[in-house]
Amino acid sequence: MIDFGYGLTPSATLRIENVQNPLFEELHRREPDVAKCIACGSCTASCSAGCFTEMSLRRVILSLQRGREKEILPMLQHCMLCGKCQLVCPRGINTRHLILSIGKVYGPADQKEEVRP
Amino acid sequence: MKERILAAYDPFVLPFVFGISFVIGYCLLALFKVLVQLSPADRRKFALSLITPSTILKNLRDLFCDCLLHVKLWKRNKVLGYMHSSIAFGWFMIIVIGHIETVLYIPERLHKLYYPIFFRFFMEEQKQTLQGSFFFFLMDFFLLIILSGITLAIIKRFRSRIVGMRRTTKLTLTDLIGLYSLWAIFPLRWIAEGFTAGVAGGSFMTIPINWILHSFMSKPENITVAWWAYSLALGTFMTVLPFTRYMHIPAEILLIPMRNAGLPVRHTRKGFTLAMLYSCPSCGVCIDACPMGVQKKNVQDATVYMVRNLKRRNQRRSLEIAEKCLMCGKCASLCQVQMDACGIRLAYRTAQEKKNNRLPADFSYLNAVTPQEVGEEKVLYYAGCMSSLTPVISRSVQRVLQAAGVPFELMDRDGAICCGRPLLLAGRRDEAQQLIEKNRQLIEKSGAQILLVSCAICYRIFKEQYDLIGVEVVHYTEYFNRLIAAGRLPLKNSHETLVYHDPCDLGRGCGIYDAPRQALSQVGQLVPALKEREESVCCGGSVGSLTLRYEDREPITRGSIENLTANNPEQIVTACPLCLKTFGRFAPVPVRDFAEMLALHLETNKNDTK
Ligand code: SF4
Ligand code: SF4
Ligand code: SF4
Ligand code: SF4
Ligand code: SF4
Repeated sequence: MIDFGYGLTPSATLRIENVQNPLFEELHRREPDVAKCIACGSCTASCSAGCFTEMSLRRVILSLQRGREKEILPMLQHCMLCGKCQLVCPRGINTRHLILSIGKVYGPADQKEEVRP
Repeated sequence: MKERILAAYDPFVLPFVFGISFVIGYCLLALFKVLVQLSPADRRKFALSLITPSTILKNLRDLFCDCLLHVKLWKRNKVLGYMHSSIAFGWFMIIVIGHIETVLYIPERLHKLYYPIFFRFFMEEQKQTLQGSFFFFLMDFFLLIILSGITLAIIKRFRSRIVGMRRTTKLTLTDLIGLYSLWAIFPLRWIAEGFTAGVAGGSFMTIPINWILHSFMSKPENITVAWWAYSLALGTFMTVLPFTRYMHIPAEILLIPMRNAGLPVRHTRKGFTLAMLYSCPSCGVCIDACPMGVQKKNVQDATVYMVRNLKRRNQRRSLEIAEKCLMCGKCASLCQVQMDACGIRLAYRTAQEKKNNRLPADFSYLNAVTPQEVGEEKVLYYAGCMSSLTPVISRSVQRVLQAAGVPFELMDRDGAICCGRPLLLAGRRDEAQQLIEKNRQLIEKSGAQILLVSCAICYRIFKEQYDLIGVEVVHYTEYFNRLIAAGRLPLKNSHETLVYHDPCDLGRGCGIYDAPRQALSQVGQLVPALKEREESVCCGGSVGSLTLRYEDREPITRGSIENLTANNPEQIVTACPLCLKTFGRFAPVPVRDFAEMLALHLETNKNDTK
């Protein structure tokens, strides 16, 4: 090889599936439906909390898949668990259980051991 | 009558004495445990109720009707009712008569626990008296009643369909020991008394036995064997009783006064809940009752198995069962001990959320929502958040109100704040309380005196948790029915056949069954569903269930629709946005909301709203 003084750099593309995301895997174990989301946004359009805040379940799911939970957890705290998103979701995702599960898997007190009543 | 065995003792009584002492000791300890576990306020409330004359009367009546006669079971299933009350009441009477006889003939032996039970063994009849034969007759009569009940029980165990049950509970090993010893007690008593009937006297049941096997029976050594067998059966039954479902007999005696004292379920297996769990006789009525039972895999999640798993402290299964239930309340309304199936599950969910949820809600954004000025003369209408997915409801309600000339104001024009029940059902009690507080302020500050609600779920929490001062909460079915009765809503009857679905939270939850039916009979012809009112079948869409998935809700919805359309109605009418939405997916006939139905039949109606 002739050394031109410059070369090809390896691809800078980030392959999401290769990124370790144990929290998301734990969430997926508790609520497998999370993988079904097609990011259609129906949930966001009908959201009760969305009337008053930025709350968007679609964004929550997308961000969690990307391991960027910090951005969306404060938003999730606005959810009233009313279940309208569940009624409109074309994929039949059990959104309320998903939201409840996120509250148990993620959250500031990560070290806290799970205890059962 | 005179004493035949002068020692007033025979070793065969020992198994019985052991059994009865054990069971009494165990029950006293359990009673102490339950009382200690009650909160001090509840304990005071309970103690106070025990000395309140009206509650005392109620307690006595309930003890008699529920524990002995099983009135609730009779109403539901005559065969099962007879089976249980014949055994319970018959046994009770035999014990009572045994004591009466002892008091009458040989009161000095009354302090011996076993004497009234084995009276026939220790006594002999010298000459026939009318009084004597009267007691003999009574004893044999109740023995016959019990034996008929036991026969039914044996048939039921092997052929549950004969008594009209589709499914019956699976028994544990100790349950089986208890069951077989219970079955054995009375035939053995019959034989034992038959042996002594020659000397001690008997009546139409025991004397013939004595005649048939006279030579065999008159041998004294055979007599003792028969009485030993009887005593052993009794002793075995009583010794295993605390570890079997038969613990419900003593537990119910405690449960009834506790329930009448109005104690709430506060814990998953302590105090009042403990008494309740042990009062369940595993009758299995809740298995057939549960709408989730349309899928076989859900049978294991019925209330009777919740009770069993809680008793055994099986945390994994208890949690699954607690989270899956639709909270429709059907099993509880049919349960003979009024098991608070939903309350216990809710306590479980609440404890679970308290410990494991790390993301507390933040509803500070609601501070920006300010109360509307509505004024006394107007009705405040809260459509609820779900209604924004079914706009036909709020549109129809408004049309009906206009037609009746009722001035009103919408409370949630710019998006509803949820009523809080979904949060409550998910176990987030404190968070739900924040929404309740906010809504309460908005309602009370508006100045309105009537709050009209068109969602069954909202209505229930408004009634149960809101404590609104100076505001009457009415469900639209009640309110419109009042308008009709006052002649303010001119309606025309299309004579279409309709079936009305009782939403769980409206019917079983708030006891509203008649108002919607009365109103609907003005616009169409109501046909009954297969199961309705207290027994109506949940639509399957309930926000009560946390873990039921979409695929598993569909069979429930289909089952419920099948129940509704048994008499081929042309339309299904319901009074809750959630049911409307859920049925709408799969129903073969149009599903309409109650208000929509009225709006479509307004006299002044020109063009139909669809
Ligand atoms: S449950 Fe939460 S995310 Fe879903 S619609 Fe209601 S408020 Fe929005
Ligand atoms: S409605 Fe369902 S599929 Fe669509 S974005 Fe929301 S969760 Fe995903
Ligand atoms: S919970 Fe009620 S209905 Fe169910 S088995 Fe127990 S007593 Fe019977
Ligand atoms: S409340 Fe309803 S869904 Fe839950 S166990 Fe009882 S009958 Fe089944
Ligand atoms: S009960 Fe249901 S429909 Fe009614 S306001 Fe709450 S979430 Fe909405």
